[in-house]
Amino acid sequence: MAPYLSLAVWVPIVAGLVALAIGRDREPAPVRWVALVGAVAGFLVTIPLYTHFDATTSAMQFVELAEWIPRFGIHYHLGVDGISVLFILLNSFITVLVVWAGWEVITTRVAQYMGAFLIQSGLINGVFCALDGILFYFFFEAMLIPMYLIIGVWGGPNRMYAAIKFFLYTLVGSLLTLVALIYLYSVSDSFEILDWYQVPLALKTQVLLFVAFFLAFAVKVPMWPVHTWLPDAHVEAPTGGSVVLAAITLKVGAYGFVRFVLPILPDASRYLAGFVITLSLIAVIYIGFVALVQDDMKKLIAYSSISHMGFVTLGFFLFSQLGVEGGLAQMISHGFVSAALFLCVGVMYDRLHSRLISDYGGVVNTMPKFAAFMMLFAMANSGLPATSGFVGEFLVVLASIKVNFWLGFLAATIMILGAAYTLWMYKRVIFGAVANSGVASMPDLNRREFWLLALVALAILAMGVWPKPFIDVMHVSVADLLAHVAKTKL
Amino acid sequence: MAFAENLLAVLPEVVILTSAALILIVDLFIDDERRHITYWLTQLALLIAACVTLKTTQLDIVKAFHNMVVDDMLADLLRMTSFVAVSLMLFYSRSYLLARGLFRGETFVLTLFVLLGIQVIISGNSFLTLYLGVELMSLSLYALVALEKERSGPAEASMKYFVLGALASGVLLYGMSMVYGATGTLDIDLVARAIVAKQGNSLLLTFGLVFVVSGVAFKLGVVPYHMWIPDVYDGAPTAITLLIGTAPEFAGFALTLRLLSGALQGLAIDWQGMLIILSLLSMVLGNVVAIAQSSIKRMLAYSTIAHMGFMLMGFLAADLNGYSAAMFYTVTYVLTSLVSFGMIMVLSRIGFEADRLDDFKGLNQRSPWWAFIMLLVMFSLAGIPPTVGFYAKFTVIEAAINAGFLWLAVVAVVTSLIGAFYYLRIVRLMYFEDPVDRSPLETRADARTLLSANGLLLLLLGILPQPLMGICVIALTQSNFL
Repeated sequence: MAPYLSLAVWVPIVAGLVALAIGRDREPAPVRWVALVGAVAGFLVTIPLYTHFDATTSAMQFVELAEWIPRFGIHYHLGVDGISVLFILLNSFITVLVVWAGWEVITTRVAQYMGAFLIQSGLINGVFCALDGILFYFFFEAMLIPMYLIIGVWGGPNRMYAAIKFFLYTLVGSLLTLVALIYLYSVSDSFEILDWYQVPLALKTQVLLFVAFFLAFAVKVPMWPVHTWLPDAHVEAPTGGSVVLAAITLKVGAYGFVRFVLPILPDASRYLAGFVITLSLIAVIYIGFVALVQDDMKKLIAYSSISHMGFVTLGFFLFSQLGVEGGLAQMISHGFVSAALFLCVGVMYDRLHSRLISDYGGVVNTMPKFAAFMMLFAMANSGLPATSGFVGEFLVVLASIKVNFWLGFLAATIMILGAAYTLWMYKRVIFGAVANSGVASMPDLNRREFWLLALVALAILAMGVWPKPFIDVMHVSVADLLAHVAKTKL
Repeated sequence: MAFAENLLAVLPEVVILTSAALILIVDLFIDDERRHITYWLTQLALLIAACVTLKTTQLDIVKAFHNMVVDDMLADLLRMTSFVAVSLMLFYSRSYLLARGLFRGETFVLTLFVLLGIQVIISGNSFLTLYLGVELMSLSLYALVALEKERSGPAEASMKYFVLGALASGVLLYGMSMVYGATGTLDIDLVARAIVAKQGNSLLLTFGLVFVVSGVAFKLGVVPYHMWIPDVYDGAPTAITLLIGTAPEFAGFALTLRLLSGALQGLAIDWQGMLIILSLLSMVLGNVVAIAQSSIKRMLAYSTIAHMGFMLMGFLAADLNGYSAAMFYTVTYVLTSLVSFGMIMVLSRIGFEADRLDDFKGLNQRSPWWAFIMLLVMFSLAGIPPTVGFYAKFTVIEAAINAGFLWLAVVAVVTSLIGAFYYLRIVRLMYFEDPVDRSPLETRADARTLLSANGLLLLLLGILPQPLMGICVIALTQSNFL
């Protein structure tokens, strides 16, 4: 069997390096094509991961194991289970979109732009398939570098502040994780994540380790109250950066919870579940209200992301099959939907160079095709049935109600708040009379933009109408995860 | 043991000493246009010394000259790394020295004497040998710092360096004399044996230990013995700063290892406590004060202080794991320093020292390649993968946790976060801002190639660190530092 996971990691990175090597600022065309070919190739090599995936086992699949740093028993150990496999596909898919979305929009230092995105894509795939603690950390930290540059070089007016804030926030969280990983090594004499699932740990130790991991992943998700880097990063980042941040980077944090926190620290997780659920609900409700009052579209979607990701962590810490599967489904759906919404804002921004809602109005009159697409995405963001957004939200609400009616009730407010802020923004931007001469002169989607949005729309509808292929893959692995959570390690 | 066999153990030192003397004479007979002859002779001497070291490397430990010197794997390895560091320093700084009238025989000869001092420390097996090495290295460095006469900065820096350095040497010597008083010997092996056998006045020993540790701490430049570092780094010509910040670090490491682990391992409990304080203060003060600097040389000076604190964190584990971590840290730190100071010289021109942070503005637009190399350096110093700095940090933290100093590891990562802030600032200046000065960067082909390779090595070692880690462990094991 071909080493599909290594290919998924290294094809984009090599393509990125080639793009950097051949890059000439005066002739961006060849670089764009190299980047697109690399991104598409990177996506194609991940398809066998799904088609050859055996959904009847919770064991790691497509495993690659090689010695890397024998001095500390660190291995180059890759593998995926039902939880991680879909994120690799999602990430590779989003990378294609991002490269294509930056096609004519990015005109300065094209090679560096494309190179940064491709390298980042490979590193993120590495995060999702690493089975060695240090290998995971290696990818987890390294992926900060491209994003830091993307925000700082191609971002908006306040980009330097946003880039530094993004980097330092994430670093604050992840540094203690390194200490936690080394501590786990010192008690288990192994850096294998799967070995750590079996290590007995006292509750006090578990709680301390929980804090160390929680900081890293909570910043990444981001959970209230460590979310403040996200709106800044989103607003200042170029469209592609926002897409990757929302669609993929946030998922890395949530993925960390299911790969590390729940199975390695089951007792601490159960002990602190109430705390995490509370934070999640605050994110869902409070941040939902915050989103309502935003006047910047990107900021609004950023807050909407925080709110939706709160739903994911809520689902995880209910420790039920429905809850975890709902959380994972929500992650994938949010990957599509937030990407789509940021692409939409990008389309408008390219025309009018403004992200303020008040600068728009009546866009439907000049851009009917665009308005139709955005309608679908707005609906998906509000969790309308038959869109992907419904699947995860429905499952998590169901799981919450099973635990406690009022918990379910509070969780369900996301349906109302989500619809409120998304549709209200949609109304103000798209409907009504043409607001100003700028809007009047906006041309409708060109061919590239049309197909870009059509691709995402297709994914959103497919998952909404027929979620079975997505959920089935997770089933056995989630059951296995919950078995780990249920088993005490004291 | 026959004299010839004794000589074999110090052959690399003999080569360097002979070539230094030869070059001094040759230099008298050539004029300024042909000064490159002595330059290349110096490089040749380094090459020959490296070949000799390789040829005479063996697995056993050889003690020569009545146990005054030792030739073990550790000595061979550190000699090799010092040769490489000095040779690279000469390659990187050629244009810089030429532009400032420092491309002279004295520079090369003094550099070789610094190297000789380093080698003597590396292979010292007696307090006396170690002290002689320290003095030889330091005195040559004082002279090198003061060699540039046009500006007043170097003379001032040299004066500060000399006064404080002499004080520290005195403190070190005082400590050694007390250990001698307690154990009755200067031989490191005998001192170690006496301490294990609980001979000698323990109060006197502990007193001596305090002074020895203080002397060593000064040479390493850790807080509170760090005051000379920023002034000397800033005041010295960048080429000399590069020299001070690289090869002598190996000497500092060897000095610490030979004294604390070789001779005073029996007092590990006592010096561990001292090293904890030194390490902690250095990491905190170095990283915090570096934020406030606007001169890149001062910033790197404080960064050095912080990094030496990290290195000591590996050391204070007081076992093979810790020593090998500290050694790996030292080697990677020197590799990184070579590039960082080398980059300052790339940006410098005649009459212009690129030593302000702002001189790095918009480097990505002037030269994407150099910006990328500097990016690797900064992320390596910050300890972010995929650069080698990450593993350096990883190994020392692992050693500290393994030895039971979990809380120190937590403090260390918090301070390294503070460090990340100012390293990122350089990346910001290079990538996010527009250049002030758009003049093209000119470098000699050899310096360009080597500096690029040196920079890429930070990335390569960051992806495949095992060989270097393995070598450190083997060298220490073979040299009996268990």
